[in-house]
Amino acid sequence: MSAALIYALAGMGLFSIGLHALFAHRHLLRKILAINVMGSGVFLVLAAAGVRDDAAIPDPVPHALIITGIVVAVAATALALVLMLKLTAQTGHPVLTDAKQDSP
Amino acid sequence: MAALISGTFDVVLALALLGFAWGTLASVDLFKAIVLFIAFGLAMALVWVRLRAPDVALAEAAIGAGLTGALLLAAYAKLRTIALDATVADAGHGSHGRSAAISILILLLAAALGYAVWTLSPDGIGLGRDVAANLGRSGVGNPVTAVLLNFRGYDTLLEMMVLLLAVIGVWSLGMTPPRREPAPGVVLDTLSRVLAPLLILVAAYLLWAGADAPGGAFQAGAVLAAAGVLMLLAGWRLPAAMGGLSVRIVIVTGPATFLLLAVVALRLEGNLLQFPLGWAGNLILIIETTATISIAAILVALFVGAVPGNADRQ
Repeated sequence: MSAALIYALAGMGLFSIGLHALFAHRHLLRKILAINVMGSGVFLVLAAAGVRDDAAIPDPVPHALIITGIVVAVAATALALVLMLKLTAQTGHPVLTDAKQDSP
Repeated sequence: MAALISGTFDVVLALALLGFAWGTLASVDLFKAIVLFIAFGLAMALVWVRLRAPDVALAEAAIGAGLTGALLLAAYAKLRTIALDATVADAGHGSHGRSAAISILILLLAAALGYAVWTLSPDGIGLGRDVAANLGRSGVGNPVTAVLLNFRGYDTLLEMMVLLLAVIGVWSLGMTPPRREPAPGVVLDTLSRVLAPLLILVAAYLLWAGADAPGGAFQAGAVLAAAGVLMLLAGWRLPAAMGGLSVRIVIVTGPATFLLLAVVALRLEGNLLQFPLGWAGNLILIIETTATISIAAILVALFVGAVPGNADRQ
């Protein structure tokens, strides 16, 4: 098994673990952690797919896309964390509740 | 023999990665989960080196592990002061049948995705050869920088706008600034004085070296932001005289310069972001320099959360 295949499978494993945690936990901070893990898994598959071609330089386009993805992920994480803090300040619990529970 | 050793190393590293991810998501204590997430980010940086992607490794270590970890820890600290539960732990699952069904579905999905990855053909033709053929005309020697700032500069321009959007979003939500520590401990005090100038130097090096070696604007901006966060944690605050306007100007300069040069290229060459051939290297350097400072300011602003210059208005 080449290194690329090992890491691509690991990336898929990360994606699945993250997806399961996204559904299983109700705490918003854990959901944010799960989404970040899922993103890292996807980046791994992207890079591993780019290593297949045994050229002199590894394919730089997936690398550029992954760097863009990492930066966008940190921006989205920052915004998501602030939203979680605002929600907790309003309701007292860092979880999302169903709408019908809030109606009087 | 060498292949066996490197193959074993890859398997062990991949297992460690999965172990860290599992530990992050299954840990009951949230603080432990966040620390394991930072370790996960550093293991990812090692994986990027194994996949021959040093630029991505630098970005992952600085942004993915470092800054995301700092953001998560700051949010966790604030969460503990405002959440009603004393134990900020898992709020509970749904019914057992539902969670079992979800687990089975995800296992099936993981098997399907693993099969898809397994059957990827081992010879793929990527864009590496096209990039190598055109590298001489891009103005830089590092292929990743060439792709980021020249061949796919449009993506990077939009990425800067996404960062701006995130800052606008965070500022619009009205957070309170982080508590000012009256006296930082001896370790933090000494380390921040030693590390902050070193980090600024490393950031400048990464920016300059990014043209021909691994590095670049995003990595340099993240290291500069790390210096800013370190100083903030040690009690430094922006002088009140500088106010909110200067912070806004610094944040906008990077994306604005990029946009301006893109429009200038449109007027000169007829296509958006098509740099004139002899000028490409210099233009990329200008864009990267302003982008580094803006990215650093944006990341520190995301860490602080509160709108700058608001203290005097309250």
